[in-house]
Amino acid sequence: MAVVKLQRPKLNFGEKIYFGALIKGFFLTMTHAVKTLRGKSVGADELASSGLGVTMQFPEQRWDEHLPEYYRGAPALVTDEQGRERCVSCQLCEFICPPKAIKIVPSEIPSDDPWAKVEKRPLEFEIDMIRCIYCGMCEEVCPEQAIYLRKDYLITGLKRADMVHDKKKLYEIGGTRVGLVNKWNELK
Amino acid sequence: MSDTPSATAELKLPKDQATEKGLVNVQIDGVWHQFPKGTRMIEACRQAQVIVPHYCYHPKLSSPGNCRMCLVQMGMPPRPTPGQEPQRDENGYEIIGWIPRPVIACANTIGENMGIRTTGELVEKCREGVMEFLLINHPLDCPICDQAGECRLQEQSVQHGRGVSRFVDMKVKKPKNVEIGPRIRLDDERCIMCSRCIRFMDEVAGDPVLGFTQRGAHTTLTVHPDRLLDSNYSLNTADICPVGALTSNDFRFQMRVWFLKETPSIDVNCGTGTNITIWTRENKIHRITPRLNDEVNSAWMPDSHRLNFHYIDGEARLTEPLVKSGSRHLPETWAQALASAAAEIKAIPAAQTAIIASGRMTNEELFLTRALAAEIGTSQLALVPRLAEADALLIAADRNPNTTGAKLVLGVEEPYWKLNSIRDGVRNGSIKSLIVLGDDLITDADFTAEDLGKLDFLLQTSVLANPTAEQAHIVLPSAAFAEKRGSMVNLAGRLQRLNRAVEPQGQAHDDWEILRDLILALSGGKNEVYHIEDVFKALAENVSAFNGLTLSKIGHQGAQIADTGYQIPLLANERARKAAGLING
Repeated sequence: MAVVKLQRPKLNFGEKIYFGALIKGFFLTMTHAVKTLRGKSVGADELASSGLGVTMQFPEQRWDEHLPEYYRGAPALVTDEQGRERCVSCQLCEFICPPKAIKIVPSEIPSDDPWAKVEKRPLEFEIDMIRCIYCGMCEEVCPEQAIYLRKDYLITGLKRADMVHDKKKLYEIGGTRVGLVNKWNELK
Repeated sequence: MSDTPSATAELKLPKDQATEKGLVNVQIDGVWHQFPKGTRMIEACRQAQVIVPHYCYHPKLSSPGNCRMCLVQMGMPPRPTPGQEPQRDENGYEIIGWIPRPVIACANTIGENMGIRTTGELVEKCREGVMEFLLINHPLDCPICDQAGECRLQEQSVQHGRGVSRFVDMKVKKPKNVEIGPRIRLDDERCIMCSRCIRFMDEVAGDPVLGFTQRGAHTTLTVHPDRLLDSNYSLNTADICPVGALTSNDFRFQMRVWFLKETPSIDVNCGTGTNITIWTRENKIHRITPRLNDEVNSAWMPDSHRLNFHYIDGEARLTEPLVKSGSRHLPETWAQALASAAAEIKAIPAAQTAIIASGRMTNEELFLTRALAAEIGTSQLALVPRLAEADALLIAADRNPNTTGAKLVLGVEEPYWKLNSIRDGVRNGSIKSLIVLGDDLITDADFTAEDLGKLDFLLQTSVLANPTAEQAHIVLPSAAFAEKRGSMVNLAGRLQRLNRAVEPQGQAHDDWEILRDLILALSGGKNEVYHIEDVFKALAENVSAFNGLTLSKIGHQGAQIADTGYQIPLLANERARKAAGLING
């Protein structure tokens, strides 16, 4: 490997004792300190600061209102306006999931159920949030518009088992979603 | 090439060369091939490695030609006017005149100098058109359809479909989710009217209960009034259904097929040795389907055999070695269980010891059983016969899958006859120690719990808990058919392989390992056999019928090693139909 010899800059006495630079830095810090106290930090508004500087005081203050439309949070299952769980357990999300976070046990809908014609729904649907990488492939591959990445980002737990979202939890996060394609309508 | 009459007379034309061999020349996609006379066009294309998409054609069934998917362009040499010599190209083939309309490849036979085009604008337009018609009334419920992933309609709409529908009217409504039999579910909307199931039930199963009613777009597959699709071969219709119209109740909504791993193996429910594929995911068997073998089971298998796998991870499965203490069985380690078994066997004189093996054991296991008998020094070795009613197709009366193998490996003509003398011996007290490998004596061999209670020592290896194991002093858990490797010889003398699809449950061991360890515990020797291949090697050296074979040489289609004269009835039917020209495969 070629050796490159650097030419160090020649410093004069004032520069060598770096006192001038210290003073300069001190004034810069003080300028910002004053701006912060007057509530005039640069970018404070855009970054939803708490009023003191640009720092957001988490968890008292949250990102929630400032999340962009395309934010990818926890994946969740949704029900539609008719209260039908949209998932038919086709297991495409389980297949596509890169970290293999999804596990589905399919089951048949009993014949006395109002949605018996859909025939199939998940018995169990588990997403391991330790494994999930929030890539959104499950949402993209879903042929039934049943799984969406919501804006929930605070996924915490005290045990590994807490981090596995079961079907109940997934519908809780997902809630109801309106305006989806009504594939299983009366005509079907 | 010269045009003088003498030169052409000397040079043989391709036509004459083929005729000498009983073949005809056919050009497929520009390449000339030779096929036997009477071959269907679609079969000729298949043999030339050219795939013609199709739904209704099945090599083992007749060709009604009703799906129209296999349309190809055909050409023949134009008939010359009187006195005109046919035009030939430089290789001597006649110039082909292409017919401007397509023909179906499945129901037409090839002819001399015929041309087939499976590509080109005409053929592709035809396929697109047929696909569009088929999809007009298709419900597109792939997300809930069990066939998704192995559906011909899915595959071919990817290759030849339009991607969007131009059809604006309402789709025709038909019955969905109909139970037409105890094991089969019908969805008429998905049906594309290929009639494969109807032909199968009529031609192969001999129980023509299916048929079409209505006409046109309203054509509906249905079962005969007052009848059910309850034949013991009904699940084959789900296998051959190119779409999800017929699906298996047992496999319904269990697992998507793209997750499943396929392991080729053989069925062990009767002496036919049906070739099967075991479909598994994560150490769980999800279904079993027949595998093509023209010498054994063609492409079919009986439902009763196909569904007999749920016990493998069922409630009754033994997963730990058990040793009886008092009236209860307690779990024990393998080393301890084998050591105490060896001590008990040694404590009783060899003349009072008998071994009852099973016709469900592989050749390798029977070979080790022979070694075990030699190690103990007993000649009291018998198998348990299991006979039941045969059907006229695939199920043999002998429900042991390896009777022929037992005869060869043990070198006896009748491996079952000593069973009676052993039973008498147990009853009159001349036999004090009994080693039972695999079979349940109380259910299958006329022993009673009282008889077995007289024994000083009873060792049983078994997959499932059973009444005999109940009486046994030591119970060793062994592997089920899908959990082990090995070979068996079917009634017709064909040597075939079992393959391991899943790992044994719990602490269960492979049967050959149990036998090896038991022999070692008795002899106190050092183990030199680590692989089942080594056992087979020793078997091949000792038994003449297996000479020169290895496990890998057997292959997935098996190897004929003995001539027993046994005829599988279904194959006789199939060969007769083939000879009559009804089928091609």
